[in-house]
Amino acid sequence: MISALFTYEFLQNAFLSGLIIGVIAPLLGLFIVVRRLALIADALSHVALAGIAGSLFLSQSVLMFSALNPVYLGMASAVGGSLLIERLRGAYKHFEELAIPIILSTGIGFGAIFISLAKGFSSDLVGYLFGSVSAVSRQDLWVVVIIAVVVVAFIRFFYKEMFALSFDKEYAKVSGINGKFIQIIFMIIVALVIGASMRIVGILLVSSLMTIPVAAAIQLAKSFKGALIYSIVIGELSVIIGLIAAFHLDIAPGGTIVITSIIILLLVLGWTKMKGKQPSKKAKEEFA
Amino acid sequence: MTKTIIECNDVNFRYEHSTVLENISLDVKEGEFWALIGPNGSGKSTLINIILGLLKADQGTVKLFGQDVDSFKQRERIGYVSQKSNSFNSGFPATVVEVVKSGLTRKVGLFKSFSKHDEQKALDALRIVKMEDFASKNIGELSGGQQQRVFIARALVGEPELLIMDEPTVGIDQKNVASFYSMLNELNGEHGIAILLVTHEIDLVTELATHVACLNRSIHFHGMQSEYKKMNDTDISLWYGHPVRRVHQEQKGI
Repeated sequence: MISALFTYEFLQNAFLSGLIIGVIAPLLGLFIVVRRLALIADALSHVALAGIAGSLFLSQSVLMFSALNPVYLGMASAVGGSLLIERLRGAYKHFEELAIPIILSTGIGFGAIFISLAKGFSSDLVGYLFGSVSAVSRQDLWVVVIIAVVVVAFIRFFYKEMFALSFDKEYAKVSGINGKFIQIIFMIIVALVIGASMRIVGILLVSSLMTIPVAAAIQLAKSFKGALIYSIVIGELSVIIGLIAAFHLDIAPGGTIVITSIIILLLVLGWTKMKGKQPSKKAKEEFA
Repeated sequence: MTKTIIECNDVNFRYEHSTVLENISLDVKEGEFWALIGPNGSGKSTLINIILGLLKADQGTVKLFGQDVDSFKQRERIGYVSQKSNSFNSGFPATVVEVVKSGLTRKVGLFKSFSKHDEQKALDALRIVKMEDFASKNIGELSGGQQQRVFIARALVGEPELLIMDEPTVGIDQKNVASFYSMLNELNGEHGIAILLVTHEIDLVTELATHVACLNRSIHFHGMQSEYKKMNDTDISLWYGHPVRRVHQEQKGI
């Protein structure tokens, strides 16, 4: 495997992209989970599917689209979906969560139409759905690198605002934090990461890489910084073990990465249960 | 001359077809401790939300530190503790010190990270509310009373000149309410922080507050605590809408 990594460019692309996504997906995932927006990643990945399917369909009939990497249209539609979710959340102030199934269904609807028009699934499309080790090009890798720089810069510069908004939205508003602006930027970045991750993990499984490592991390961590570090470590472990398994077994990496993260989650849950740790357990002592 | 911190002038507010606030005028000056009391649904929380700029008055003006609330930018001058703090997600992975530091977010400014000095400030704020030993605990592991003290520390960490609290004792055991209010008294007396407190604890808090405002859609009384104490229970019951009997602290043995 190691010698193959040095020999084949596609393997280098897949591993480097995977390692980067293993950091940025759980990094954003933590903020998504603590804000109880875990399904947003699912909705956006299905909108990305519509973009990918649309691009694959158009590449059959429009010359200009045959040269265009479908990832770009997938990303663009995910960004559009993220902005629409924000608009819908504003329109349904008392039922904000409604925005997610509406956008998710829209994504699946358009995806189904484009797949039918393109006369069914091509092997390309299966690669986008479940990820592929061999499909990551050097250009895809560069896109992942650029998006990772944007994500890390965003978290570096807006970490404290994101924490305040995630912990207590009303207090953040009273404090004068511009929650609306930060939320829109955050949603766009989530959409870009979903777009960047789909080559490796696949559209149908990308949201799991954002949520499962976080689900395991919040069982272990007491602090927010701790949860962030654990999420990244578990994300990286899942990607590395998943990619190695996918290479040796010649199967889709999306499945192996996600199943690895599920196994880690189960181990963590078992371990915390054995330790008798209850994360939300209230201390009985009152102040004197 | 004593500065006016909150100026409400003839404030009116309606929720769809019902009038919630009618001609509310109220001034809070620096160093004062105001108790805003009234029955359920009297408009107390609505008034607080208008003062904080979370709701917009249909008529009238609200000024904070002499500036119109809509254009008021120096939010760090105000500390806020809501009743909702009691119902936050207790599974949130954050330590007490992380929560308190978040009160400095606006003061530290955009694009900057918290420094060691900010960490020290958070620990100092925890010391004021006697919670410094809990700094590294997960916020969800604390009791309701301890959590509320942490939220007060978050409100205090930016060294505000005004503390606004909306029923902060909801969810706190009765035995801890007295100790909670005596801490507020200390903050007002020793640290000189002006306080506007919305509460149902009319017996205890009116002993501690320097001023009292009685609200039930409109202001029925506002003035010094000593004047409020002279009012008889029948008058208070009349605007409260049900019989009210005040029990003085000496009667309670506090």
